[in-house]
Amino acid sequence: MTATRIVPATPTARPALPSAAAIGLARIGLELRLFVRDPGQVAFSFAYPVIMLVIFGSVFGDEEVVPGVGFRQYFLAGIAATGVMLTSFQAVGTAVTEERDRGDLARLQTLGTPALAYGIGKAGQVVITTIAQLAVLLAVAAVAYDVPLPTEAGRWLTFTWVVVLGILAGTVLGLAVASLMGSARSAGAGIPAFAVVLQFLSGVFFLDSDLPGWMDQIAALFPLKWMVQGMRSVFLPDSAAVAEQAGSWEHGTTALVLAAWVIIGAVVCARTFRWRRAA
Amino acid sequence: MTTTTHPVPAPRDAAPDERPAVRVRGLVKRYGRRTVVDGVDLDVRRGECFALLGPNGAGKTTTVEILAGLRPRDGGSVAVLGVDPAGGDRRWRDRVGVVAQTTGAGNALTVRETLDHFGHYHAAPVPTGELLADVGLAEAAAQRVDKLSGGQRRRLEVALGVQGRPELLFLDEPTTGMDPVARRQFWTLVEGLRDRGTTVVLTTHYLDEAAHLADRVGVITAGRLVEVAPPAELGAALRRETTVRWAEEGRTREVVTAAPTALLRDLLAAVPHGEVPDLTVTRPGLEDVYLQLVATPEEQR
Repeated sequence: MTATRIVPATPTARPALPSAAAIGLARIGLELRLFVRDPGQVAFSFAYPVIMLVIFGSVFGDEEVVPGVGFRQYFLAGIAATGVMLTSFQAVGTAVTEERDRGDLARLQTLGTPALAYGIGKAGQVVITTIAQLAVLLAVAAVAYDVPLPTEAGRWLTFTWVVVLGILAGTVLGLAVASLMGSARSAGAGIPAFAVVLQFLSGVFFLDSDLPGWMDQIAALFPLKWMVQGMRSVFLPDSAAVAEQAGSWEHGTTALVLAAWVIIGAVVCARTFRWRRAA
Repeated sequence: MTTTTHPVPAPRDAAPDERPAVRVRGLVKRYGRRTVVDGVDLDVRRGECFALLGPNGAGKTTTVEILAGLRPRDGGSVAVLGVDPAGGDRRWRDRVGVVAQTTGAGNALTVRETLDHFGHYHAAPVPTGELLADVGLAEAAAQRVDKLSGGQRRRLEVALGVQGRPELLFLDEPTTGMDPVARRQFWTLVEGLRDRGTTVVLTTHYLDEAAHLADRVGVITAGRLVEVAPPAELGAALRRETTVRWAEEGRTREVVTAAPTALLRDLLAAVPHGEVPDLTVTRPGLEDVYLQLVATPEEQR
């Protein structure tokens, strides 16, 4: 072991530093590589929504929840929205606290990594894993359960903006929560528990109009309810909008609430993000 | 005992390379009401290997973390490569390498993947192949990081620390937990870096490590720098103290003196023909000096 070649570069001999975008791009590759090498995470991300669909589909079978809409079709919307929350909010929130506890983030700090590059890496990984997860979920629903998928371009456009806003909100809120959480242990226990409660509140498992009004009002403060509602507007016929608490799909409000959460999450991240645990 | 430091006077109108790599005055850091760094003055010259030597909890790591811009300080002034680390930008960080005690490096990656990835963060990264050869990890390149031995892991950490061709490298307790062979190899690696012009600041609680690697050693204890000197001159005042022991009327007499020759002359004159029973004359070794240096302030508290 002889360090014969490593010579310090003088300030004048140094070229420009790579941009945050370039490091972010490299980090997307790294995040995806680490994701696929973690079998537990892969199985959870891809199998959880499908298993939920299978279980609830088997229990409630062919029940019609609204005229012309079977339970599986109704539930597909909720579980698709839940899937987005799991791959963004829950996965990011728990991963960031783990990386901070392990010292991965401390290394990034010593390298002077722009926080933006780290965020780009996380968001990129979330986008790709979420697309893969939704593709598997929709394929199983269509092939195994004959759930009709929409054919109009307008519905897929709605699907796209709901997913994109959901991913962005979930990612920045996951990062924000990780800043507020002390340790990976508390995040690992707290975040999934919160996610499950939010799923019940947000009408993932129930017909929206069956929810007590107060529950719907609490859920309306969080993004998941709006993602579920947006998904229902994609996968359900327009006639099913009567089963909504509001009696309509409320696309405008949905977009507004999700965008507001993206902004709130981004501001909290920018103000509270830290590379290491508080001393 | 003396508690003086020997700061390098910065010559006026110095060229950038002649200014000290590190200049610290009156550094203070508190955690709550506990003062962990208590008024440290320190200069590290360009191109030297400087060791901060002290027992666990002396404030070594905190000092290095402040110098590396990883923690804020509560008082004093600090310039590292001419820049205050508290406001160090990315360009400055790229000139400073850090090998911390515990930092993750993507356990599920191989050694080569790890180095390839972190190369993206630097302005002028050392090519992965060269880096692997220089730290002696060429054979382990395809191994996953979580399968490496402790010594190999530390070498990977060093590789990541020098990947950006830093002018100044911080090594925080680099050989803790290494076996003797790995330690020797590690020393050779650090000597090589220093010989090629990298300024090295390392912390250690191993006296032999500081003596072997460092051009100058700063002894730190209870947050205070109690002495700065080349290893051979460490505790010069203490080393001048010689202990003379002998037996007199069945009891052991012991005198600590800076003038042992005079004492011996008297002693021998008192016994002109016979032997002075159990006579020994000892000078303190490096370890004795070090133990005295780090022990004294605690007794004074």
